[in-house]
Amino acid sequence: MLTDIIIVLSIMVLGIGIGLLIGNRPKTIKIIGVLTSFSIFLLLFLLGIGVGTNKQILNNLDSIGIQALILTIGAVLGSLICAYFTYILFFKKK
Amino acid sequence: MKGSLIILGFFILGLILGLTRFLPSSLLEGDFSIYALYLLMFLVGMGIGTDRGSWKVIREVNIKIILVPLSVIVGSLLGVSAVSALLSNIGIGEAMAVGAGFGYYSLSSVIITEFHSDTLGVIALLSNIIREILTLLATPLFVKYFGKLAGIASGGATAMDTTLPIIVRYSGKEYAIIAVFSGIVLTILVPVIIPIILKFV
Repeated sequence: MLTDIIIVLSIMVLGIGIGLLIGNRPKTIKIIGVLTSFSIFLLLFLLGIGVGTNKQILNNLDSIGIQALILTIGAVLGSLICAYFTYILFFKKK
Repeated sequence: MKGSLIILGFFILGLILGLTRFLPSSLLEGDFSIYALYLLMFLVGMGIGTDRGSWKVIREVNIKIILVPLSVIVGSLLGVSAVSALLSNIGIGEAMAVGAGFGYYSLSSVIITEFHSDTLGVIALLSNIIREILTLLATPLFVKYFGKLAGIASGGATAMDTTLPIIVRYSGKEYAIIAVFSGIVLTILVPVIIPIILKFV
């Protein structure tokens, strides 16, 4: 699994390097954007298939939804509280 | 918002095809999604590299601006860790992996699916989509009670694009650059932090 992570991150760094070399070419950037959207669509489509054929997930969809909601509330509240202190201490104009 | 609906549409289409088994078995059993992930990561990298605007924003900002994405990271991870106590079948590490999506639902769900499980991938997808929707709906309220960084904090990685308009509307134009900066930093960190967290699960 560690090798997978290193591969994934190296591929991203390679992409950043090539992107920096290519530079500001609006046409290329547009094509990259479209391809990015399509690969996201493909991956989510595949995830959908994975879920559709996975009985364990299908039988627990309601509890999965509630867990997701609870995690979101935790993440957002935590971020809001930290950002509140950062705002009061460093950003608010006196 | 339109983007989320399209992505959910593809997910649901896959779901229906999976349910009805209306697919050749090679597609159902073959695991080529890791290669699609490689392609996506390469494209995400190229997107970051070619985006001169982002690099310019990063070079120009005041040092204290780094505290904003840092607050989002610390707050999200502490927040999900706290609520994970309520969830019997989700460990603290798994909760942190979901929280480290920072609203970037497409990439976080895909990475978690590959490196952990389909179940946690779906939770990450839903949780981070809810984060974006909640930000779009509740930013006026958040700003009122938690200060002008609230929309940026709630939006996480989406503060640079989908939730930027609502943030600027309620926090003011002077917060636009902070929102974009925070969104960029978090977007870059999603594929770095999630695998690191999952390594320890």
